[in-house]
Amino acid sequence: MLATSPAFKENAAHALADPSLQKALHRTRPQNPAKRAAAVAALPEFEQLRDIGRDIKNHTLANLDFYLETWETNVLKSGGHVHWASTADDARTAVLEICRKAGARTVTKGKSMISEELAINDHLEKHGIEPIETDLGEYILQIRKEPPSHIIGPAFHLNREDWEESFRKVHTHLPADRVFAERKDIMTEARELLRSKFLAADVGITGANFLIAETGSSVIVTNEGNGDLTQTLPRVHIVLASIEKVVPTLEDATSLLRLLARSATGQDFSVYTTFSTGGRRAGDLDGPEEYHVVVVDNGRSAMVGTEFQDMLRCIRCAACMNHCPVYQTVGGHAYGWVYPGPMGSVLTPSLIGVDKAGHLPNASTFCGKCESVCPVKIPLPKMMRHWREREFERHLSPQSVRTNLSLWAFVAQRPALYRLATRIGAKALSLLGRGRGRLASVPFAGGWTGGRDLPVPEGETFFARYARLERSKRS
Amino acid sequence: MDHITAPRPRVALFVTCLVDFHRPSVGFAAIKLLEAAGCDVEVPRAQTCCGQPAYNSGDRATAAAMARGLLEAFGGYDYVVVPSGSCAGMIREHMPHLFDDDPNTKARAEALASRTYELVSFLTDVRGQIAVQAAYVGTAVYHDSCAGLRELGIKTQPRDLLASVAGLKMVEMKEPEMCCGFGGTFCVKYPDISVRMVSDKTADIVASGADILLAGDMGCLLNMAGRLSREGSAIKVRHVAEILAGMAGATPAIGEPTP
Repeated sequence: MLATSPAFKENAAHALADPSLQKALHRTRPQNPAKRAAAVAALPEFEQLRDIGRDIKNHTLANLDFYLETWETNVLKSGGHVHWASTADDARTAVLEICRKAGARTVTKGKSMISEELAINDHLEKHGIEPIETDLGEYILQIRKEPPSHIIGPAFHLNREDWEESFRKVHTHLPADRVFAERKDIMTEARELLRSKFLAADVGITGANFLIAETGSSVIVTNEGNGDLTQTLPRVHIVLASIEKVVPTLEDATSLLRLLARSATGQDFSVYTTFSTGGRRAGDLDGPEEYHVVVVDNGRSAMVGTEFQDMLRCIRCAACMNHCPVYQTVGGHAYGWVYPGPMGSVLTPSLIGVDKAGHLPNASTFCGKCESVCPVKIPLPKMMRHWREREFERHLSPQSVRTNLSLWAFVAQRPALYRLATRIGAKALSLLGRGRGRLASVPFAGGWTGGRDLPVPEGETFFARYARLERSKRS
Repeated sequence: MDHITAPRPRVALFVTCLVDFHRPSVGFAAIKLLEAAGCDVEVPRAQTCCGQPAYNSGDRATAAAMARGLLEAFGGYDYVVVPSGSCAGMIREHMPHLFDDDPNTKARAEALASRTYELVSFLTDVRGQIAVQAAYVGTAVYHDSCAGLRELGIKTQPRDLLASVAGLKMVEMKEPEMCCGFGGTFCVKYPDISVRMVSDKTADIVASGADILLAGDMGCLLNMAGRLSREGSAIKVRHVAEILAGMAGATPAIGEPTP
């Protein structure tokens, strides 16, 4: 997927001026945090579970090679196939190869963010294979040729009228005067159309929420059941998973599942949680004949052992973006690549380079809400700050910022000079204010005064007044 | 607290750069509150800023140099008290990590961190204060500044003390814990986003029905006051210390014209 992250500012300006997007954001903004809060309140051990989740992931990451090898051994034992992909290119090639061997003409897909990262759909289309998104949100985005704006609610940026419009435009074989009275009508139409696609598909591609080392299983959670139809009906099932999805045991996976749905949607559990272990065995009533897992690195192993390793704990629940005031103001597309919000602001620079994604870790107020709701306690603000440090070291931060900062640092490290500079500055601003209390514009402060007045300082600094009072006490 | 037998702690006031430059009254309110709470207050001359502008811009070396200055300025006191959750959080939660590869300095930074408190939580949690002697007639709404709330756990303390202010009625916003969009340099690096965030905040403030907005951090206060002023709102904005110290009469509210 082509990154527009370097144009974050322009993207954000566009988003702020888009009434339809703002309407959608204002609709979802209060809902998701409220649902999570209710689910968390109903589970007394939730805080303890967060520690457990963090520890499971930390332990796995500390022994990642061991658990990936154990997992591979067990996949092979259960008759499955494992394809290791260092790069996005390797992964695309592996997927295409499997599809070609299967003689695939159409491929159904469950929702998978890694497939967005790999731009699998474009690759398959280019080679004459039709991918069909079966998650309702992904389905409409495929129709509209838009990327997801959210990692669990890919079409959160759309309103109902957008859905209706797109469905009417594309589903032209249906009566033009049909009525969409409620959300259910949209769902029913999509469901009926997708049914034949599920049955016709030669290959089904899903993501994985977890890979389980001790059994060689992959796990997906969905609320629509589309993932199950995608992975059981076609002859071949391909799982796309990144390396950090592995966990040691079934027990570990269930601990994390208890955190996942509550953090994501406020459900105790997702509607469908499906474990796949190999393909169809003799005597099985259903299931694919072939079970393949394409395991993708694409930059992740380079994060291991660095200050960004903790990011690999992420279980993709989206709580951070659901609670992020910046995400809730500009939406997901502004971030310009696959992963938006706080988790994206840490992960994207790791995967596409901080030179391209430098805005993302800067576009945060460090309010800390994301970290406070993260089910595996990822210190997101801290890691965004680490990215700012890398930028600063590599001289990627704007020269104006660096100049102002070094001037300020020079003065602030010399208290006597600092006293003088602040005394003059405070006095000058207060004179400029002439008793009005605020300034509507100040030279070189357009960033502040574009949408805010600048309250005028009292005039005499604290230290000047304090010194004056001390002197008068003594005399 | 037994004020007769307990020794008076020596407290250093960390004024903070925004209070020094913009709103000295908050510093004097802090001194008054601390003295009323039985402390001997001193204001070390060598202090400037906690270093957050450098720290949050990725300039660790400058942040560490600033931190060394603070270690010098604030050595030897029983407590360091700060009328800001953000600057107190910087010292308590972040500063020691600037010296992860320098154990001696790190130990000094940790010692300073353990003695450093945000003003209002110091009054309640350390000095055991449950009420203040102050009066203000009005309806106030309190904004939970992010660093104070999430790094230092400041939530009930200011509300508890404000409840004892004679004549003051407290109301709540719908989302009192929502960031106001200040974020240090964020507000000028991403002004469009910041202004939209603070506009959402001011809408919440106005809807609360309050006639005065209070918070414990000058950054957030200047941001919210600046936006309220631009919107032509009559809601007054003050640092919580000004009300708790009963000093609201001494200075116009933030951004308010001089009478």
